[in-house]
Parts: sequence; structure tokens; C-alpha cells
Amino acid sequence: MFNFILRRVAVAIPTLLILLVASFWLMQTAPGGPFTSERPLPQQVLDNINAKYGLDDPLWKQLWNYLVGIATEFDFGPSYKYKDRTVNDIIAQGFPVTLTYGIISFLVAVIVGGALGVAAAIRQNSWLDYFAVGVTIGAQVLPNFVMGPILILVFTLWLGWLPGGGWNGGQWQHIIMPVIALSTSYMASIARLTRSSMLEVLRSNFIRTARAKGLPDRTIILRHALKPSLLPVISYLGPAFVGMVTGSFIIDAIFGTGGIGYFYVNSAFNRDYAVMMGLTILLGSMTILFNMVIDILYAWIDPKIRL
Amino acid sequence: MTFSTKALLLASAVSLAAPAFAAGTHPVTGEPLADDQTFTYRVLDEHTSVDPQIVEDVTGSEIVRDLFEGLYNQDAEGNLEPGVALSHTVNEDNTVYTFTLRPDAKWSDGKTVTAGDFVYAWRRLADPATASAYQWYVEVMNLKNAGPVMAGEMGLEELGVRAIDDTTLEVTLENPMPYFALTTTHTSTFPAPAWAIEAHGPDWIKPGNIVVNGAYTLTEHVPNERSVRERNPMYWNNDATIIDKVVALVINDENVALTRYFAGELDRTEIPAGQYPSLKGSNPEEATVFPRLCSYYYTINMSDSAPEFLKDVRVRQALSLAVNRDIIVEKVLQGGQTAAYTFTPGATANFQVPAVEYAGMTQAERNARAAELLSEAGYDKSNPLEIDLIYNTSEAHKKVAIAIAQMWKQTLGVKVTMSNQEWKTFLETRGNQDYQIARAGWCGDYNEASTFLDLVQSGSGYNDAKYASAEVDALLAEAKTMADPQANYTKIEEIIAVDMPLIPIYHYAGNFMIATDLENWPVKNVEQNWYSRNLYKIAE
Repeated sequence: MFNFILRRVAVAIPTLLILLVASFWLMQTAPGGPFTSERPLPQQVLDNINAKYGLDDPLWKQLWNYLVGIATEFDFGPSYKYKDRTVNDIIAQGFPVTLTYGIISFLVAVIVGGALGVAAAIRQNSWLDYFAVGVTIGAQVLPNFVMGPILILVFTLWLGWLPGGGWNGGQWQHIIMPVIALSTSYMASIARLTRSSMLEVLRSNFIRTARAKGLPDRTIILRHALKPSLLPVISYLGPAFVGMVTGSFIIDAIFGTGGIGYFYVNSAFNRDYAVMMGLTILLGSMTILFNMVIDILYAWIDPKIRL
Repeated sequence: MTFSTKALLLASAVSLAAPAFAAGTHPVTGEPLADDQTFTYRVLDEHTSVDPQIVEDVTGSEIVRDLFEGLYNQDAEGNLEPGVALSHTVNEDNTVYTFTLRPDAKWSDGKTVTAGDFVYAWRRLADPATASAYQWYVEVMNLKNAGPVMAGEMGLEELGVRAIDDTTLEVTLENPMPYFALTTTHTSTFPAPAWAIEAHGPDWIKPGNIVVNGAYTLTEHVPNERSVRERNPMYWNNDATIIDKVVALVINDENVALTRYFAGELDRTEIPAGQYPSLKGSNPEEATVFPRLCSYYYTINMSDSAPEFLKDVRVRQALSLAVNRDIIVEKVLQGGQTAAYTFTPGATANFQVPAVEYAGMTQAERNARAAELLSEAGYDKSNPLEIDLIYNTSEAHKKVAIAIAQMWKQTLGVKVTMSNQEWKTFLETRGNQDYQIARAGWCGDYNEASTFLDLVQSGSGYNDAKYASAEVDALLAEAKTMADPQANYTKIEEIIAVDMPLIPIYHYAGNFMIATDLENWPVKNVEQNWYSRNLYKIAE
């Protein structure tokens, strides 16, 4: 197992470096720069600004300085657009927000989705199954940019139960709608995956054997069927978890939560190089890390992988 | 408790209640005021900064106008009214302005606002080390030695501004400029507290560190979520301020913002495109529309790299004539915009809209003339003109582009290829004259026609058409020093209505939903320079 982990880490570092260089290069090739605006700045003014941020250095040097800044001082650089804060400020403020609603959404999706899927499988073709399938299909076809405004319309305007957006330091009332909007489609996928894989496992020979032995249903499902039927679900959970905790542009834009998802997408539009690089590093490392965790989990559940 | 203490308590309760009741009515209008004087409004995007010399966006400037106060403010109509300056005098040839500052203006830490604070701020703006995106504004202000100081060739102390004493500020200009005082309402000219900036560096504008001289101070800022400003008790006119707290909420989606407005979470929000007519019907008291100092136009590439047909004035005229502006504003946009036949909006102060010929024609006459001109230029429906049109990605720009392309096709048989580009890519394409016809918009920096007409000056960095007319350049140069330059502006508009380097389409309108209890929104201020201290909420 230890060797397995070591191998994964050894691959992760060059992956991250390639990601960095590639995104830096892509960003630089995009037309325009951070200070391109409707009112083109006079050359004099542009020169001052470029000198201040070191943007007049050759590209390789800019990248090198940036990496050195991160390695030595953990400094991810300034924001060229939001001049009163640094990338570290943006991450420190936005990432906890994203992480909070991301983790809660993940838990909701796994618990609700998993329970729905298992329930539907063991009561196949009952009203419970039809209900679960109906809900999950409905949840999957309703994208969150449609669901978000509908939630606000219902819970804020009509019922007046919940505030229509904002974060307010993470008050629970402000978390509910973002979590519903973000978790629903993941929940639906998890439910459908769990249902079909559970059904498959329930039809397999070893379950038939267990039944023949006269084991009670409860034991068959919890002890024998659940673990193997989770395998395809787990391989989905890795990207799903990363997708949820790395933020959503749509959730941030609709609910005004102040998470990093919005900053990330906008930094590309703004050509806010340092913000984009900083968030790429953060989100890239998280993606790599969680995929690694999932791989390890997978290896633990299914010994065949370790071979 | 004895009877006398009871009486005393009662008496004191009455005396305490009395002033509270008095404070519950507006001192001038006598309207009953709401107990909660919190003004909450929606902003589209996070502000760039609240540092007066650094801020470069509208959202940030709105906050800066609450936090800091410059020499002059604008009243509800956009006219100058005293800010830190009580008055000014000017020498005979309009080159030396002397401002007298009010002695009772204070910073929020108790220090007096002095002429030196303005000198510091203006030098800071001009200083190459500050790297302000608005550094060029010292050239707009025409300050003496602005150019060499900006380039770092001269010391900052050579800039044409000095403090004669604490309450006297003397400004020396490079050239005579009769409208100089108008430029002092711009946020980049607001004073800055040197001691706070030296103590905290770039963090001086964070809540807790910030020192302000305006009616409000910044108490909370959660990037991309909210910023909160509250009363600054040291402000010289604090007694006349009614709104206690101002909250700006960042809500990117305008439809969500509207829902939240209806849920009572916002006092002001923008009306989403196309919804003005229905909201005007359902909420007539809240749906507000007013003219803005902005023009929407198509710029035509006339540079050396442009195709020959765009250099033919008849083609440019035909394209402009065939645009039915009334359809665009009444059917496509429906938001109170006005049709544009001149580049400068009619709402601009003192600007006399010239009677350009094509403005007075009916659309049928314009279409007939357009077809004539285009066939003279050698194009007709059997030999159609083919044109590329670019715009930056947006639903609203797309609708306008489709409508105009259709008008050109129907009237002139022109084949239009439309394409949209992401904002910065678009700016780069347009700025490099890598286009034929491109969408453009411009909002005035100050309320004077030159803020628009400078765009058609041959050397202007904003002249994307690369239009060059010696006559226009001469008129513009002369206008800078004239006591009343309006005649020159009118003349320039007449020239560009013939040369047509750009096709004016419409003048913008501001569209807000404003809560019925929020009073005094300056709808007549075309620059929309508003100050929270002038607003108030009435009891409903």
C-alpha cells in the first residue's frame, strides 16, 4: 500500500507542474491583458503599471519569479483587477466559503442519493422505486442555473423563509439554497449509479448463495451487497467531490456567496494572471489529491486494483 | 420610589422622547422618516478598490464618493456645490485657480483636512510609482508639468498644485481651461491621508485602517459578497446626513437581483434588459428611467489597413442613414434610450444639439438617400456590399446587431457577417484596427461635450476608427481655451455627421427599480454621481 501511495505522489508533482506551465502559457496567448480596457491606457501609464507588477519581464522570468514567490514566501501574487487585495486574501476569504457549501453538498448528495438508490434497488418496481427514479431524473434534467433562481423565487419571494443570497459569515439560512442547487444533480447521479450497481450485485451468484444459505435480507444487503455495489459509485465520488469543493461559478453568481468559483472564471475573463494561476494551483492540487484519495480507497475496497 | 422621583423619571422620559420624535421627520421637507435608515443596493460586480487614486470602476467610484470628499460635489442636477472647497477664484487667462477650503472639514481620525492633503493626493496620482490607471487624469485636468511629472522626468513637486496655507490650494494649469472646476468632482482628485497610507501601505483602505473625510466610513468588506459603510461622525455635515448605513451587495445575476428586490432585500436594483415596459406597467412608482451621459455607436475602420470601400464617405453615410434608430430604441431595447444622430448626448451640460441634416429626415427619406449613395459608390442588390460586423459577447449587443444587419440587408442589400468576441479579445481586435465595423460605447468622464468629442481627434488613443480631420483637430484645440466652446462642438458634430467615422445609434438610459420609501435619488444627474448622504427613507 505504501509503495502504491508513493507512486501516486511521484506522478502528482510533475502533473501539477505541467498544469501550471500549460495554463500560464495559455493565459499569455489569450488576446488582451489585465489592463486592456474600453479606454486604452496611454503607453506611459501602461509602462508604469507593467513595471510595478513585473509584467515587463520576459515570460520565463515572470513564471520563474511567480514560482519562487510561492515556494519561498507562499505568496501567490497580487490581483491586477481587485487592487486592494492579493491572491492570498482572495483564497483566504473565498475558499472557506466554497469548502463549506461544497462539503455539505457532498454529504447531502451521498447520503440522500445513496439511500434513494439502495431503497429503489431493493424494492425494485415498487412505488418507492418509481418515486426515486422520477425524482432523480427530474433532478438531473434541471440544471442549477435554472434551479437557483427558482429556489429564490419560491423560498425568498413567495414564502419569505430564506434570504435570497449572500453568505453572512456562513449563517445556516444562507447555506440551504446553495447546497440544494449544487447537490441535486450529483445526488441524482449517485442515486442512479447506486441503484443500477446494487441491482446488478443483487443478481450475482454470491448473493444467490447467501440467500440460499437462508441469511436474512438485512445481512445480505449490508454485509455482502453494499460494498461491491459501491465500487462504481466511489469512482464517481472523486470527481464529484472535487467538483463540489472547488466551487461553482453558477452558485457564486446566483447566490452571491463570495466563493472562489466566481473569482476563478472571472479571473480568466479579466486576464487577472496571478489570481488565475493561484486558483489553478489550489484547485489543481485539490483535484490531484482527492483523485489520489479515491484511488487509495478503491484499492482498499477492491484488492484486485493493488495488483 | 417617591412621587417626585416618579415625576422626574416621567419628565426625563418625555424630554428624551421629544428630540427622537423631532429626528423622525425630515428637517427640510417635514416627511416622516423611517426608523431604519439603511440603504441597500445591488452592484453587478465587486469594486476594484476604494483608494481614490487607484479606483477605476463605477462601483468603486460610487463607494469612494461616500468615503471621501473632494473640492466640489455635484448636486441633484449635476451642478457643482461646495465640498471641501467653499469657493474658488481664477485669474484672467484661466490658468491659475485658487480654492478656499472649509476650515471645519475633518478626517475620521480627527485631523483637519488641509490643502496639503490635496497636494499629496494629486502628486500621488501623477507619481509613476503609484501606477494608477487614472494617472492620465492629471493631463485631463491640464495641471502644469503633468506630462514630464508622469514620465518621471520632473520631480513631483513640479506638478502645478501647491498649498499656500492649510485652507488655500493653488492650481496652475498648463493651458487656459475655463471648465477646470468641473474636473474636481472626479474621485481620483479626492484628498488622501498621507499618514494612514504610510502607516499601513496598500492595506490602508481596509476596514479598521481606513481614514476618510467623507460622510461614511468603510466598516465591512467581504469580497464578492458585500461592503458596508456607516456614518462618519467627524464629517463636517454629519448633522444633515440621514442614511445611517449603506450596504452594497454583489449580485451578478440581474434577474436574481430583481427577485430579491421584490422580496424587500434591496432598495435599488437595475432593471434587466427588456423588462422596463412590463415593470413600468406593474410598478409605475418604482420603475425609474433617466438619461445617461453615454453613447452607443458603431465605429467604422478608416485606418490604412481598412478595406477601400470603408474609406468611401458615401458608403459610410449610406450605412448610417439606413439604421432606423427608432426601431432600435422603441422595439429592440424598450428601456427609455433615445435615438442618437450626434455622438454627444443631448443631456450633456450646455451642449446644443446641432440640427444635423439626417436627423430631420423621415426614415423613408433616409433609406432612399442611403440607397442612392450606395449605388453611386458602385454597390446595389446585384453587386452587394459585404461587411463584417463585430461586437462583444452580450445578448443585448447581439439583438442590436441583428436588427441593424437586417436593416442594411433590406434597405441596401448589404450582406453582413456578424461575429461576437469575448470582451478583452474584442478590445484587442478593435484597438488593433483588425475589424471593419465594431460595436462601441462611451460614457463621459465629466459633464462637458469634449469628453465625447476628444474621441474623434486624430491622435486620440480612443479613436478606434483612426479618423483624421485637420478641421476637427483645430476646432478641438481651439475649444480647450475658449470661454464658451459650444459653437465649436456644434461644428464638430456637423462635420462628423458628414464624414461619418462612427454611426451614433442611441444614447443610454439608466433603468432602476427604486423602492417607494427611498427618496431623493438624483435622477437628473446625468453622470449618476450620487451621494448616500443626500438620500433618506420615509416611514411607510
